[in-house]
Amino acid sequence: MIIGLDVGGTHTDAVLISHSGIEKEVKVPTDEGHLFETVLSGIEAVTAGVDPKGIRRAVLSTTLAANIVVQQKLPPVGMIVAGGPGLDPAEFRVGDHYVVVKGALDHRGREIEALAEDQVEAAIEGFKKGGVRFVGVATKFSVHNPDHEKRMAEILAPHFERVFLGHQLSGNLNFPRRIATTYLNAAVYPIHRDFFEAVKKSLAQKGLDVPLRILKPDGGNMSFDSSFDDPAQTILSGPSASVMGALAYAPRSGATLVLDIGGTTTDMAVLIDGVPLLAPQGIEIGPFKTLIRALQTHSIGVGGDSTIHLEDGRLTVGPDRTGRAMVYGGSAPTPTDAFCVLGLINGGDRDRSVQGLTPIAQKLGLSLENAAVAIFDQACRQIMAGAKEMMARINSKPVYTVHELWEGSEIKPRHMMVLGAPAPQFAEKLRTMFDGNVTVVPHWHVANALGCALARTTSEVTLFADTAEQVAVAAGEHFSRDIPTDFNLENAQELALQLLRDKALRRGANPEHLELEVTEAYQFNMIRGFHTIGKNIRVRAQIKPGLIEGYDPVGGKLRREDL
Amino acid sequence: MLQAKNKTGLVFFPAFDWAISPTHPEREERLLYTQDQVFEEGLLDIDGIVEFKPDLVTIKDVQRVHFCLPDPWAVMTESHFISAGGAKTIGMAVMEGKVDRGFALVRPPGHHANRVVHGARGFCNVNIEAIMIEYLRRAYGVDRIAIVDTDCHHGDGTQDIYWHDPDTLFISIHQDGRTLYPGSGFLNEIGGPNAVGATINIPLPPHTSDEGILYTIKEVVMPILADFKPELIINSAGQDNHYSDPITNMNFSARGYAELTRMLQADIAVLEGGYSIEGALPYVNTGIILAMAGLDFHNLAEPNYDPERYRQNLSTTNYIEQTGMRVLKAWQERLKLKKLIREEPECGQRTRRIYYDTDNIYETQSETVRICDDCGGALRIESASDSKGSILAVHIPRKACKACKEQAYQWYESAEHSQFKQIFLQDRPEDNFLEKKKNA
Repeated sequence: MIIGLDVGGTHTDAVLISHSGIEKEVKVPTDEGHLFETVLSGIEAVTAGVDPKGIRRAVLSTTLAANIVVQQKLPPVGMIVAGGPGLDPAEFRVGDHYVVVKGALDHRGREIEALAEDQVEAAIEGFKKGGVRFVGVATKFSVHNPDHEKRMAEILAPHFERVFLGHQLSGNLNFPRRIATTYLNAAVYPIHRDFFEAVKKSLAQKGLDVPLRILKPDGGNMSFDSSFDDPAQTILSGPSASVMGALAYAPRSGATLVLDIGGTTTDMAVLIDGVPLLAPQGIEIGPFKTLIRALQTHSIGVGGDSTIHLEDGRLTVGPDRTGRAMVYGGSAPTPTDAFCVLGLINGGDRDRSVQGLTPIAQKLGLSLENAAVAIFDQACRQIMAGAKEMMARINSKPVYTVHELWEGSEIKPRHMMVLGAPAPQFAEKLRTMFDGNVTVVPHWHVANALGCALARTTSEVTLFADTAEQVAVAAGEHFSRDIPTDFNLENAQELALQLLRDKALRRGANPEHLELEVTEAYQFNMIRGFHTIGKNIRVRAQIKPGLIEGYDPVGGKLRREDL
Repeated sequence: MLQAKNKTGLVFFPAFDWAISPTHPEREERLLYTQDQVFEEGLLDIDGIVEFKPDLVTIKDVQRVHFCLPDPWAVMTESHFISAGGAKTIGMAVMEGKVDRGFALVRPPGHHANRVVHGARGFCNVNIEAIMIEYLRRAYGVDRIAIVDTDCHHGDGTQDIYWHDPDTLFISIHQDGRTLYPGSGFLNEIGGPNAVGATINIPLPPHTSDEGILYTIKEVVMPILADFKPELIINSAGQDNHYSDPITNMNFSARGYAELTRMLQADIAVLEGGYSIEGALPYVNTGIILAMAGLDFHNLAEPNYDPERYRQNLSTTNYIEQTGMRVLKAWQERLKLKKLIREEPECGQRTRRIYYDTDNIYETQSETVRICDDCGGALRIESASDSKGSILAVHIPRKACKACKEQAYQWYESAEHSQFKQIFLQDRPEDNFLEKKKNA
């Protein structure tokens, strides 16, 4: 059996899935101030009366890291960066302990200015005075040559609890994002570590000594142990939980739009042939643009509890939320109140919904029911507009080869999957506005927790090889090797896949079922004068996000002995 | 947080799968290190810098400018449709106010492509700036446009296309044609008899450095632009004046390019040549993007750049200043010069041999323009190449007067296939391109 638990803004959802399907599903209120208690109560509730011996793992998606970033409760972190010529690295300052030192590499990773080790040493004292225990180092082009970052880390390591190195967190080129990503990892680390160690300990005390896994924003998970190397990979995993929950029931071909309609927002994502689309760069949270790999999602402020506005006879929904719907004791009318008036939901106090909608109906000159329909229509129109905007963004993503531009066709979803609390009501209406199939994701109210439980372990690897310099570097994998001059694209792909396999296993992937794929493979002849001096090779490989082997989506059951 | 002062659009299309030939300077690798530098600097994340996906140009867009022989498909590859399309995308974004300014960082380039195209010359097949400009004129009604070509090679293709157009000011700054391909672009090339002065060439001596080029922009180009009052300024932003370029002899730096861009304040920049793919392009392109966006570039420099080493000597400085004075004088006296040129017998005719170095084709061209004070003048070009035989190309300018229209139609209608293999009419006022049918 597997536990999946997803902490949301209002509710925390948990499921327990076994060989006979979903054994249990629970919803407990989220207490943002007491996330630890929230997680434990969710796990307790979903395992109540279940023999812990049958539980093989628990996969968690929490808002822990995102909250401390958004609420700016990050502990002091020391950052040392070296950029050399280009944009002034001072522009990318993060935190109160940010030091720029001399040292530079060029775009092929060749040293053009030696690292000023004395400047790194000089920073130590100031960091200590500022109470810094965790530091990050990042240099421009470190993914092509990590030597400067490594040297900085050597100097700093004896003085601090942990040093995060930019090149180990992502193989992508983007120095400002590398700085932000390194900073966030160092900042999130102590909180992440304390939290999950406490969770693990508490579960063990309750007899639930199961391996923990943590969901990432790319729709994959990682093991408890490896999460300490990439703690910022836990930021904003919520939207990916929902997408993975829908994935189990998604069509295997064509483009599918996934809508997670919650109380405050609607989160959208796209599946292509049953695989979620990844964002081109990384997550953006608060003031930080990062290299943290994530699914491409789009969020708009329309949900069941969004506030309804009427200005100059124009009806709009959201993006603000005043509280709960009036039917459940709130103070402002919401789409949920419209559902209530239309008899689409049971429970609560219908009179309060009527009271909330009446002034709107009067101003619109409509009957109460027609006003409710108008609100419902408007909410759906806004959702459709949001979806259109996301598709336009996806379709306008630049490409860099003639082949891709010439052959690339526009992505147009023909299928829509809806989940979240008001999914069935919304799906009914969206069906009339969408050119294609609209379905409600089974177990729509806890599909996100199911997504956590079923997500497979993901990883990615970026490899650069330069046969003129005779070196292959996969900076994120702590890998650098001399290569012969006849090293070629095929060798590079093999090497990248090997590195990916190793990484995936470290992160806890199932060695029997690794879905490795090469996503990018370029080879450039480097010509100087009229001579080919070598090849510049770039390979990217990944384990694409998907569901674990051994889950039967038709029966909704696990079918593997070891699970 | 960095914030662009001018909202700046960028089309980046490195065509990583296209080359003229495997070891040609115009090959897959050309913008690889530029991409690395631009991505690593995080330029595309800067608030106010927007990346666009290039559109493709249509055959109609191409035929608004060119006579392609025997047809556009024969002289263009997919990559040309995209690179011209990238320029068009940026032009549209500027005209529609999506951005204040824009840079099409695309390849292959286009400024050596003439109005008549038999194949590739100077690595160019179609003129991507001209295709963009004529589209913008058609779609948005722009009239007066200035093109400042800062590629190290004379922009002879662009010059050819706008030779007779009084509404397009073409200024080319380049290494002296006596020392570099294509061997043209001298002071006395000042435009056809209907557009005298609208073509300006500023040949600079080899080893001109930042000082000389920036002097020329500030003291010569800017005053002329202020006089001409264009609605749009286009920069053909070649990057081969760089001191590390392997096929030229100039000493310009990345920061110099950024400073040039800051001074020129072009609305649209389009990448042209530049083949120092590691030592120059990553830094020059970064500099141009920063300068267009109005961002600080003082910390930008090539590795180990030493300005002292590339400083120009006094005689170079003097020579450049004299050249600048002569250019300004010719500009101020353009009406007088026009009168003189008009007095020459057969001033409306020229015969030329044009060599296509990239495709190894010899073209022989004889051109007749109707002398006209009301428009650019009806133009007829008879062109023959060693491989494709003789054709007639008739062009009616955008703002053609009645007499020129009639003249052009008379040329077109009276031409016969016994004489020409193909007969074309480019009717700009009607936005039409016609090829005469053989049995008509």
